[in-house]
Amino acid sequence: MQRIGVFVCHCGTNIAATVDVKAVAEALSHEPGVVISQDYQYMCSESGQNLVKDAIKEHKLSGVVICSCSPRMHENTFRKAAASAGLNPYLVEIANIREQCSWIHKEIATATEKAIILGRAAVAKVHLNTPLTSMESPVVKRALVIGGGIAGIQTALDIAEAGFDVDIVEKKPTIGGKMAQIDKTFPTLDCAACILTPKMVEASQNEHITIHSFSEVEEVKGFVGNFTVKIRKKARYVDETKCTGCGLCTEKCPMKKVPNEFNMGLDNRSAVYIPFAQAVPKVATIDPNYCMMLKNGKCGVCSKVCSVGAIDYKQEDRIIEEKYGAIVVATGFDPIKLDKYDEFAYSQCPDVVTSLELERLMNAAGPNGGTLLRPSDKTHPHTIVFVQCVGSRCDDSKGKPYCSKICCMYTAKHAMLIREKYPDTEVYVFYIDVRTPGKNFDEFYRRAVEQYNVHYIKGMVGKVTPKSDGKIGVQASDLLSNEQLHIDADMVVLAAAIEPDKTARPLATMLTTQMDTNDFFTEAHPKLRPVESATAGIFLSGACQGPKDIPETVAQGSAAAAKAIGLLCKNSITCNPCVAHSDELKCNGCSSCEKVCPYGAITYIEKEFRMPDRTTAIRRVASVNPAVCQGCGACTVACPSGAMDLNGFSNSQIMAEVDAICK
Amino acid sequence: MNKNLKEQVLRSSGVNVLKCMRCGKCSGTCPSYDEMEYHPHQFVYMVEKGDIETLMKSESIYKCLTCFACVDRCPRGVQPAKVVEAVRLAAVRQQDGNRLSADQIPSLLDEDLPQQAIVTAMRKYAK
Repeated sequence: MQRIGVFVCHCGTNIAATVDVKAVAEALSHEPGVVISQDYQYMCSESGQNLVKDAIKEHKLSGVVICSCSPRMHENTFRKAAASAGLNPYLVEIANIREQCSWIHKEIATATEKAIILGRAAVAKVHLNTPLTSMESPVVKRALVIGGGIAGIQTALDIAEAGFDVDIVEKKPTIGGKMAQIDKTFPTLDCAACILTPKMVEASQNEHITIHSFSEVEEVKGFVGNFTVKIRKKARYVDETKCTGCGLCTEKCPMKKVPNEFNMGLDNRSAVYIPFAQAVPKVATIDPNYCMMLKNGKCGVCSKVCSVGAIDYKQEDRIIEEKYGAIVVATGFDPIKLDKYDEFAYSQCPDVVTSLELERLMNAAGPNGGTLLRPSDKTHPHTIVFVQCVGSRCDDSKGKPYCSKICCMYTAKHAMLIREKYPDTEVYVFYIDVRTPGKNFDEFYRRAVEQYNVHYIKGMVGKVTPKSDGKIGVQASDLLSNEQLHIDADMVVLAAAIEPDKTARPLATMLTTQMDTNDFFTEAHPKLRPVESATAGIFLSGACQGPKDIPETVAQGSAAAAKAIGLLCKNSITCNPCVAHSDELKCNGCSSCEKVCPYGAITYIEKEFRMPDRTTAIRRVASVNPAVCQGCGACTVACPSGAMDLNGFSNSQIMAEVDAICK
Repeated sequence: MNKNLKEQVLRSSGVNVLKCMRCGKCSGTCPSYDEMEYHPHQFVYMVEKGDIETLMKSESIYKCLTCFACVDRCPRGVQPAKVVEAVRLAAVRQQDGNRLSADQIPSLLDEDLPQQAIVTAMRKYAK
């Protein structure tokens, strides 16, 4: 016979003002198996917990029901209290009579009635609770960082600092990401390369960090503490271990008409290339789409000039497999494509550029050696129009619904730098709102207006028309003076919205992590767990989680590292025992559960069964890996034969609760 | 502010003016901007405020070309041209708005002209 204790919490007046707690305790005392039922002002307080502990010992309780706030709040508190009194913590049930009762009802009579029903359901459930024991699972002391931009570099450096091995997987030939392409950084105007490249070098020289550049994650298996990851090391047709990065091959390569992606296609590179001077690793890569040797077997110049014999035209993609305890996603962002915004003439006019293109046009290592020239005729622009919010803050059919966050600040930076270097240039910025929430950010924007006399105009550009004389007609509204402006500009710069990198979506599927409708990774809690994903052991760093500037990205990168280190420090982790298990005798091997499992916790095994007539039969049955299962219960719903069940939330327990509610 | 009139304009246009984020791209793109006393963004804002009679009295409602450039380019999908059209309809359909008397009609009749056009014209143009 069960001996159940019921404890009803007042939560000050939070519950007691709307629920007659004494009546609840009294009503529940008559439920079957209940040997003690009492109320108390604050069950979660020390003395409240002692009440529970003493009752467990005194009445030899076999189950405890706490009628209080949401289990999210204090389930753990009461489980710990029960455990300290010698009762298995999973024999405690919470009836949520605050969030689901007192807070949402006004009438005492009905709220009390509902609280009694919720308590009754919990009593019915606890009758069927079984003691559960958490398992331990070992932790591989190595982390994987996916993405080698500033977010990934910062995370890797911090994890390495703590003494753990880290691998960075970067799909491009060099780490550095978007920050490497940026000229100056706001709000201090220090050179991006000057602060980034030392970190890149630090990452490459750190004994704990291994950089897999020009590589992509191919497959992820396993679970927190024990991931197995396949990494595709793409063929770069150059032996990384031999190449010294001297660059002779890039000079001699006869195929020089390849759009240079590092400079946003504004100039050309050779088919064998090193993305930029400070690339890490500084090794050459052959582009198979343009290399004449790889395309039609005629050339081989690079191989001839390479003094160390690093060129290898026969190189193929390699798949390596590694084990990791934690994975940090740092896949970053990209500016959106602008071809659907015809009104800005981006596809028609080379002098209409994106802000990232402008970064390259202004950079000393860019196509014009740092002199700002129009891409079309290489002349100095004298009137430049900046358009804000291109594709940001849009209706779903028109673009991205969110604010891209960084554009206001980088536009102020661009405008200021141009006015500083070329004071004869008129700079107009068309804005909807200027958003500058950040340390020294508004001061920075005001400097652009007050000190550099950048013309900020509240309004939006409606139409951009390239003219035959090389000028660009800009038609826009000035909302404050209520007039339509017509400006003859030399250049137009579009602040394109940013979106998550295209590789993020397939990666999320591999990692079984969640994304929002914009393909940004979803954090475990928007306020309190901002760098963890909902999947244990997967952490988020940088703009893959949402638009971010550099300081925020670095802060989040370090935070993600701290979380990963917290995991890697442990020798083993305690797993949630409320996991699914299958009744192999009922399982018909249909694979329904395997298909719905979002965590890849279910596999099918061939197992030998003894049949009634003393023969044996091999059957295909589901097997749950308890370390991977997160206890979501999707499989128990999908299972057509009722073979799948969830510990702590069994089908019979849930039916007992329903019965108790409907009694 | 005339609440009924606002309701009527909102309903007949089917536009949620609250979606407007006041960027002014509609007016930035409008080809008849200089012809208009009130510009597309003002139509949206004034309808939101319920100041519709002012718009109905303005010639602006007949200056809109209904070219739909504003509708095409509005980042928020507000559809300002539909708001202008709804105000125009409100002006045409207002009570006691007949600009022709019934006995003037026979002389205007024309075999090729549909009856409806005469009735509309009665409300729209003559005074």
